[in-house]
Amino acid sequence: MDFSSFLLMRHELILLTITLLLIIAEIFIPHHKKSNIVHLAIFLFGIHTVLGFLGLAESSLFGGMFRTNEMIHFFKNVLNVGVLILLLQSADWLQEKIVEQQRGTEFFVLLFSSLLGMYFMISAGDFLMFYLGLELSTLPVAALAAFEVSKRISSEAGIKLILSAALASGVSLFGISLLYATTGSIYFNDILEVISVSNLSILGLILFFTGLAFKISLVPFHFWTADVYEGAPISIASYLSVISKGAAVFILMILLFTVFKPLMFVWENMVYVIAIATMFIGNLFALRQQNMKRFLAFSSVAQAGFILLGIITGDQLGLATVVYFVLVYVFSNLAAFGVVQAISLQTGKENRNDYEGLYRTNPKLSLVMMLALFSLAGIPPVAGFFGKFFLFTAAASKGYYLLVFLAVVNVTISLYYYLLVIRAMFLRKSENAIPFFNSKLYMRIGLILTVLGILTLGLYSPLYEYIFELSSNLM
Amino acid sequence: MIAGISIYEILTLTTVLFFIGIYGFITRKNLISILISVELIMNASVINFVIINKYLYPDILQGVIFSIFIIAVAAAEAALAISIIINLYRQISSVEVKDTEIMKY
Repeated sequence: MDFSSFLLMRHELILLTITLLLIIAEIFIPHHKKSNIVHLAIFLFGIHTVLGFLGLAESSLFGGMFRTNEMIHFFKNVLNVGVLILLLQSADWLQEKIVEQQRGTEFFVLLFSSLLGMYFMISAGDFLMFYLGLELSTLPVAALAAFEVSKRISSEAGIKLILSAALASGVSLFGISLLYATTGSIYFNDILEVISVSNLSILGLILFFTGLAFKISLVPFHFWTADVYEGAPISIASYLSVISKGAAVFILMILLFTVFKPLMFVWENMVYVIAIATMFIGNLFALRQQNMKRFLAFSSVAQAGFILLGIITGDQLGLATVVYFVLVYVFSNLAAFGVVQAISLQTGKENRNDYEGLYRTNPKLSLVMMLALFSLAGIPPVAGFFGKFFLFTAAASKGYYLLVFLAVVNVTISLYYYLLVIRAMFLRKSENAIPFFNSKLYMRIGLILTVLGILTLGLYSPLYEYIFELSSNLM
Repeated sequence: MIAGISIYEILTLTTVLFFIGIYGFITRKNLISILISVELIMNASVINFVIINKYLYPDILQGVIFSIFIIAVAAAEAALAISIIINLYRQISSVEVKDTEIMKY
């Protein structure tokens, strides 16, 4: 092995370099120019995102602990684009609130380490690398959730996140140890060869699944979601619901489809029940939320239920549709959170009632929000419709008609509460509507990128075909 | 290998430890006790890895290596959790769960 093979970890190496550069920049940039660090970080991360699109060979490193192929590479790019948009959207918040306290670099270092953890998690080739990636992606986010140290609600979000995450990873670890007992290896490839159906390996699978279910906030393990989203800074809530969930869905899907394929008849039933429970509970709780962040939290729980419809199929079609849906979900949810953040930054208002009459004062912002919510609800012209449609097709092709029927019922329920927000913005009049304001440049670019993403994904079909082609790599 | 003790006794011990941890996490009313319960769960899996490695697959040291990493990560996790708890304590002078919660369904 020569050192050039390290270039397979190009994403990881560049991101690590950026993180270290930012720490050095923190030392050399004088106090009164600290806001430059935000520009520097966004600039460097933009370069990293563009470089990510260069091709990469398919191979593995460190005796199979780290592997990469085109699908994994593509998914890392999706995460990169998501984080770039997120940085653009939170740049104003950082400059106004965080840089003043001299903590701008801290934010970027924590965020980028978490992203680094996700890279390692999705290209893991054994359970040790997977576990380290999972922890590296979770711990910095818990610190970020408690980032506004003077706010009590932020600390509460942090403590809820760290305790739930620690419990989840502990349970997951116990599951891994049982799998190790039955198979004698922690490498995915070796496990795949020798795993057999026994009570111990089924228990191991269930406990392991629990750990990732916490991250995706599937139903029996979703209790932290709403509280953490409400208490954490909005950009972190957005990060948790988009990037963190996307990465966890991806690795869960890969593991279920490859390593746990021999146990498919077990996890099929598990996923079936959890999908139904997740969709219903997410939607029904979302109905009664007033706070927009809690509302988006429960909406993201419900979306996770829809994602399970693609996972349950266990074949290439399911894999491609889930990746496509996650891609659509990244853009739609980032747009919704972006608008919430823009409004919260200007006025500090986060409730649905405050949005009444928004269309009269801020038409562009309400159009972005409308597009995002239509995409989340799955209304035809925009991308979300195709995402859901493909998921339902994949599930129906395996004969899960009842599940698809229940999912369609849930789409209808979700349409109701998404339209409640749209009604508040467009049809209601209000004496004290949010006054007109202009967002800053970064926020505008961030929102425009999400809108472009939603429209392109909906109208440009070769993208889906491209994803479908890539997904043959993994199956 | 420990003379006179089979793997069953030790696995029973770790499983009991694991469920004590789960029970404690659900029922304790104090943030520090909840943290201790989580550490119990972690340590149950550490013992599991070492014992399974030693008794069943003594040729390759995968389980032992894994357990070292778990110990390191668990320490990091505890440090972070305690620092957040201290920050919370500065604001509300309490580590009881009932005083902590202001967000509920």
